[in-house]
Amino acid sequence: MPLLGAFTFPPIDEIFRWKDILFEGTPFAINKTALMVIISSIAILALMIGGSRKMKLQPGGTQNVVEMTYEFVDNGITKDVVGHDAGRYTPFLGTLFLFILFLNIWEVIPGIQFPPTSRMGIPGYLAIQTYVIYLVVGFKNQGFKYLTGHLFPPGVPKALYVLVTPIEFVQLFLVRPFSLAVRLLANMMAGHILLTALSLLTAYALSHNPGVLKVIAVGPFLLNIGVIAFEVLVAFLQAYIFTLLTAVYLGDALHPEH
Amino acid sequence: MSTLLLAAQQAGELKDGLQSIGAGIVYGAAAIGPGIGIGLVVGNAIQAMARQPEMQGTIRTTMFLGIAFTEALALFGFVLFFLAKS
Repeated sequence: MPLLGAFTFPPIDEIFRWKDILFEGTPFAINKTALMVIISSIAILALMIGGSRKMKLQPGGTQNVVEMTYEFVDNGITKDVVGHDAGRYTPFLGTLFLFILFLNIWEVIPGIQFPPTSRMGIPGYLAIQTYVIYLVVGFKNQGFKYLTGHLFPPGVPKALYVLVTPIEFVQLFLVRPFSLAVRLLANMMAGHILLTALSLLTAYALSHNPGVLKVIAVGPFLLNIGVIAFEVLVAFLQAYIFTLLTAVYLGDALHPEH
Repeated sequence: MSTLLLAAQQAGELKDGLQSIGAGIVYGAAAIGPGIGIGLVVGNAIQAMARQPEMQGTIRTTMFLGIAFTEALALFGFVLFFLAKS
């Protein structure tokens, strides 16, 4: 008698791979993931334009949401982390935050429930973008001192440079972009796998157990609802952390070590 | 002939099983350190917030930063888990 005994999880490819819908076979093929990215971009544009078209002194509705988002990024991330003179980076950081948040939140929207950020393409691209921007800003602002300040941090005994310099080099050029991308990817991937496993367990328990034993499906079902609430938090937190780390690297590039 | 086939099949199964065990150990071992680390970070952040509630905003931002850096190791383990399994 199978309670939850003979349940097997489908291969990972099956829950992350989508067939091409449009322009099949060309490099511009569009699948579900790409379609979701396009829809999210349009939604962000609509929200921002709708909220700032007829600005009133007393904000209401959409304008309120837009202003709150702007203030959250401007005060909480740009001014606090990058620096008080870095107001010109708010548009970049705000776009980054909204883009990741809108992509992550697909994970819990009923009927879709797939975060495009759980495919390496998007986090990978965003990480490379951040990588290029902080390196360019760093070398532009501090010149060659940006590199030497990192590789030979002041206040370290000379003999220790043998150990410190390679570590700092790997940290600056490899670990930073790699961990940015992997952090976002792995969090969304783990959430998607968890939700899939719990939903499939519920369906399995309902379809394979006779009569009263179907009650066992209540367990994974309730757990699933809890995990969905948790995933909303994770979607927001990962967007916040990605933006925050970008801001930290930017601040590091703008101002030499304190 | 048939015994040879059987032996080959068993070897494949053995490889699959060992791979699964290895993948499990990879993730389990990778989760130990970050688990302790995140506990330390959050615990100390809460203590700091309780002592100086007026610094709450700064402490929370720094706490998330600390968590993000510590968590990265566990997530590398998570990715290695899939690499080791396939």
